[in-house]
Formats: sequence, structure tokens, C-alpha cells
Amino acid sequence: MIGLHHYLVVSAILFSVGLVGMLTRRNILMILLSIELILNSANLSFVAFSAFLGDLSGQAVVFFTMIVAAAEVAVGLSLVILLYRRQHTTGVKAMETLKW
Amino acid sequence: MVDPRLLPWIVLFAPFLASVLICLFSMKSPRLASGLAVAGILVSLAGSAALFLHHSAHGGLPAERSFPWIEIAGLSVDFGFLIDRLSLLMLLVVTGVGSCIFFYSVGYMKGDSSFPRYFASLSFFAFSMLGIVLANNFVMLFVFWELVAVSSYLLIGFWFEKPSAADAGNKAFIVNRVADFGFVLGIFYVWTLSGADGGARSFGFTHLESILPEFLAKGILAPTALVIASLLVFCGVIGKSAQFPLYIWLPDAMEGPTPVSALIHAATMVAAGVYLMSRCFFLVSGVPQALGWIAATGALTALLAAILAVAQNDIKKILAYSTISQLGYMVLALGLGSSTVAMYHLTTHAFFKALLFLGAGAVIHRLGTQDIWEMGALLKRMPVTAVTFLVGTLALCGLPPFSGFFSKDEILTLAHEHNRTLYVTALFTAFLTAFYMGRASWIAVLGPERKIKHAHGPSHGHGDRPRGEAPLVMLAPLVLLACLAAAGGFIGIPEFILGGHGHAAPLNLPVAVTSTVAALLGIAAATALFGKKGLSADPLARAPGKAYAFIVNKYYLDDLFSAIAGFFQNALAKILFWFDWNILIQKGVNGAAGATSRAASLMRRAQTGRVQDYATTFGFGFVVLAYFMLSKG
Repeated sequence: MIGLHHYLVVSAILFSVGLVGMLTRRNILMILLSIELILNSANLSFVAFSAFLGDLSGQAVVFFTMIVAAAEVAVGLSLVILLYRRQHTTGVKAMETLKW
Repeated sequence: MVDPRLLPWIVLFAPFLASVLICLFSMKSPRLASGLAVAGILVSLAGSAALFLHHSAHGGLPAERSFPWIEIAGLSVDFGFLIDRLSLLMLLVVTGVGSCIFFYSVGYMKGDSSFPRYFASLSFFAFSMLGIVLANNFVMLFVFWELVAVSSYLLIGFWFEKPSAADAGNKAFIVNRVADFGFVLGIFYVWTLSGADGGARSFGFTHLESILPEFLAKGILAPTALVIASLLVFCGVIGKSAQFPLYIWLPDAMEGPTPVSALIHAATMVAAGVYLMSRCFFLVSGVPQALGWIAATGALTALLAAILAVAQNDIKKILAYSTISQLGYMVLALGLGSSTVAMYHLTTHAFFKALLFLGAGAVIHRLGTQDIWEMGALLKRMPVTAVTFLVGTLALCGLPPFSGFFSKDEILTLAHEHNRTLYVTALFTAFLTAFYMGRASWIAVLGPERKIKHAHGPSHGHGDRPRGEAPLVMLAPLVLLACLAAAGGFIGIPEFILGGHGHAAPLNLPVAVTSTVAALLGIAAATALFGKKGLSADPLARAPGKAYAFIVNKYYLDDLFSAIAGFFQNALAKILFWFDWNILIQKGVNGAAGATSRAASLMRRAQTGRVQDYATTFGFGFVVLAYFMLSKG
């Protein structure tokens, strides 16, 4: 029987994978992708709780998250394009002008 | 008739009130200021006279009244008045001579830009001095003792625009602090001793006077303890009454206005030390060692200062050294075991020395010079002043029948009975006194008129000085004091102090004749040297050897003191500088700055500028925080 726990564990794994990816990847595109993973792990736990509690408001929040994610990708990708034009790379190592 | 119990309050606070009123309301109005000050001292004089009359008529001496002032566990200090023959005499001297000098000051200080400040300070001085006289315990006396030092400082440095005056004020104040350090120790030591039998400790003079001799007789106290206590108290006297080796401040104090020199640095304040010693004479009267030291100090001071006076050319400096010398006589009398004789000489000295200073002041006021080699022919130019000055001179020289003769003679008689060395020293000092006063009189008063090379002196900005005699307001005190100086030996001062207990020493004829001869010899020697016509330079300066230079340079005592002070000061300054530079600046200030800088250069590595690093820190930080928050709930 697949219960709430299984969904939450998958959600946590997704979140961890996303987090590690976001922190370790050197390519800004991969970081954006990792952030999407994190958002989706949150969505998954929302849906799981919604089903578990029989409350639809969790699913409603997921729609909002998707919209935010879409907007984020739109803004993020345009920033990546600007960055690439300026620095001719999508590596984050080049972005350290705020260094000491 | 005012309640006699109120009189001490009136006597003490009238000058204080005058001083406060001048400061508050009269700084812009010289006329009102002098009026207030003179009124204050006259009220004091009237109060003292009323006290005197009351106690002469009704007896009741000593009268003591005290009020709790400072109360701490185990320590209580009273604010109280002790009226006995000693304080009555001193009250009359201070307010009497003080009144003369206040009046005189009105004329002398006329036109000075700080006229009201002068009278405020002078009134404040009178208040402090009367506090010393009336005090019934050591602490109250010490408080007023220090107030007197402050007012003395203010008045010496009255013309503080002159660096020499400001320095002289500092010197007087600092030298007195050195001496008062010993005095304070003495006060507390006496206080400790007063509880030697396990009873309550006390600062009060009457209480101490009744218990200390008893302790000594019963063997509760070792005589050594009393010797130490009295010599510590005597330290205060050495400072205030300008005894060797701390007399160096008094000649410099002559930078103050001349009436101040007369009142504070001749007649009253410097005599406060002698008064103090008479007040607590019970400390020393039973311990011969202490008396011996005191007598030796007095005799040495009298002699050394008299020698210095011989080589001075500034008339106020001559009188200053003479004051030191006479104070030495008083201290000698104390050391020989008679406070009565000391107080007697204090009183007559107050008369004739105030007179001499005021006379000198009148001359300085008119001529604008203090150098005796720029004066002369005063009998013709200022006859009243000159005659009163000569009366003062004769009284100081100790010639009969002037007052100084009687009091000095009693001291010499005492010395004659006790100690041959002291007697010879005192006699030789008497000779020197007559010699230097004869010198000053021949050159400044009787000699021919001399040119004034460079006018200076008290009246700033008075282009042309009026010639001739000083104004009446200055002459009247002179004449009054001259009468007192002349007749002071006949008004029964020692009998008053003794008050029927015992009798004044009868005139010792051999001593009297010897001292008169010594004085006459001194005058004769001065006449032979300085009575010549057309003398324009000091014949003493041609004396062979280095003796004259030694004396002119004041035995190099000032230089010695500054060398000692300089030596220790420099050493201390070097140590402190080393500590300051190496420890505080290098290790402390620069060290702290360096540590901050090094810590910063380590910690700046944290700022990588990479978003991922920040996110990592943020993530782990969040995990840690979440852990703590969740584990708590």
C-alpha cells in the first residue's frame, strides 16, 4: 500500500537532489533546473497532503507555484541570455564580481 | 545687646556675606564692592570687640559651642567655636589690622580694573582666617586652613596677566600643599592617639588637651608617639608660617598687591601657623624632643632669612625676608616652651609689619617702583609715610620703647634661660634685623632722591602719578598702626593672654641691654655703610669672595628644590613616557588596531562573491536553525 510517507520521501529526495544540484552545479542553466526540481518537490508534498487530508486547497496552491515557476523561468532565462552575451559563458565561476 | 552666643557667627560670616554679595551683585560697581567689604570687616571687628567686652565683663572663658557637622560611623566632626583668650586676641588682631588694611586698599587699588574681585577675595580671606581662629577642632581648622591657602593663591596671583604673579601664586599653593600633607597625617595621627585608652576618638582641642597629658602620665601613650604627632602637625606650620626649608614661597608671594602682602603675608595668614601651634600647644608642651626641633627650626629660619634680607634691593622682598625672620622668632619662642610669648610677638609683629608694608605700599603707589635704589628723600616728599615707616623700622629693630622691643626681649630672655646657642643666634639675628632695616631706611627713606629707571607697579595705565603724600584713606591706617606699633608694648597683651594665671616675665635687664646694644650696633653699621652721601650702588656687592652671590641667590635653595623636583619629575616622566609609548600606544592602541585588521583579513575570505557559497551557508544555517527550533518543541 502506498501511503503519505512514500510521497513525502520522494518529495524529500527530489528536494535534496535539487538542493545539491543548485549548490554544486557550475552551469547557471543547471542551477535553474535544480530550482525547478525543488519547486516541484514542494508541489508533490502539497498534492500528497491534499489527498491525505481531503482538502483541495493544497492543490490550488500548486497551481500558484507552477505560475510562479513559469514566471521565474521566463525572467531567469532572459537573465541567462544577457549574462551569456556579456561574458560568453554560462558558468557561474565568472560571476564573482562581489568578491572581497 | 546681641546674644553673645550669636557673636561668633556674626564675626565669622560677615566677611563671607560681603564676599558673596560682591560676587553676585557688585562685580561692575567698584564703589559698592569696597563699601560691602569694608562694612563686612567692620561688622566683624565690632563683633570681636563685643565678644571681648562681654568676656572681660562676665568672664566665662573659655566658651565653647559646637554643632554636629559631619557624622559617619565612628567619625564625627563638629563645627564649633572655641572662645578663649588666645582666640579673642587673634580675633582682635585679624579684624583690627584687617580693617586698617581694607580701608587702605580702597585708596591703593583705586582705578584697578578688577577692583571688585580684589575686595571679594580679600573678604573671603578674612572669612577663612577668622574660621581658623574660631575653630574648636582640627578638621574645621584644617578646612579653613586650606580656604586661607586658596584665598592667598587668588590674591598673590591677583595680577595674573603678569606671568611672574601667576607663577608665584602656584608656587605658594604647591609649597603649602607639600607641608599640609604632613599636617593632615598629623591630624589623623592625633585622632588615632586620642582613642588610645579605648575611648571615643576626637578632633576637639579641649577634649584632646584634657586627655593627652593624662595618657602620657599614665603611660598609655609613648612620648615618641606624641613627638611624631606634634612634628607632623608642625609640618603644616613650616609651610604656612614659612619656616626653613619651605619659606621659599613667601618672598615670591610679594607679587600680590601690597595691602595683600601686609595683611596675608605679614600680619595674619603666615602667623596662622604660630596660632595653630599655640592652639595645640598641649601636643608639644610635654615632649622636650619636639620642642627642641621646633626651637632649632625657628632659630635657623630667623637667622637665614635675616641674612637674605641684607642683600635684597626690592623693598617688599626685604620686608618679606624680615617677616620670615620674625616668624622664626615666634616659632623659636614656641620651641622654648612659651606660646604666650609667641602670641605676644605675633601681635606686635602684626602691628609693625603691617605698618611697614603699608608704608612701602604708599611709596610704591606714588613712585611706581619697588627698588630701594630708586627711592630716597621720602621725608621731604612724603613726610607722614616716611615717619610712620621709621616708627615701624624702630619697632622691628626692637628698640625701646617700641612694641617690638618688649616682645622680642621676652623671646631673648627665654632663649637666655634655656640654651646658649639659640640665644646667640637670636641675638645675632636681632643685630642683622637692625642692619637690614637700617640699610633700607638709609637708602629708601633718608637718602637722596634717585632717578627712577623704569616705572612699574600696581596702578596700571596711570600715565602721570600724583606726587606728594598718599590720600587720607591710606594715611589714616598708617598713623593708627604706627600708634599701635609704638605703644603695643604697654597695652598688656601678655597679661591678657595669661589672664591672671601666672604673670608676665619681668624685664630681664642684662638681656634687654644686650639686645638694645645689638640693635644699635646694627643701625650704626648700616649708617656707616649706607649713610654716606652720593651712594648709588650697594657697597655690599663689592664684598670679597662668593658670599654675596651666595646670599643674592638665596643659598641656591630655590635652585636645589627645582633641581630635585626636576630630577624626580624627569625620571617619572621618562618612565611614564616609556610606559605610554611602548605599552599603551604600541601594544594597546596599535595592537588592537592590528588585531582587528588581521582578523578582518582572515574573515574577508568568507566573502567569495559566489551565489552558490552564500546559498550553501544559508541552507546549512537554515538546517541548523530548524533543528534547534524543532528539537525544542
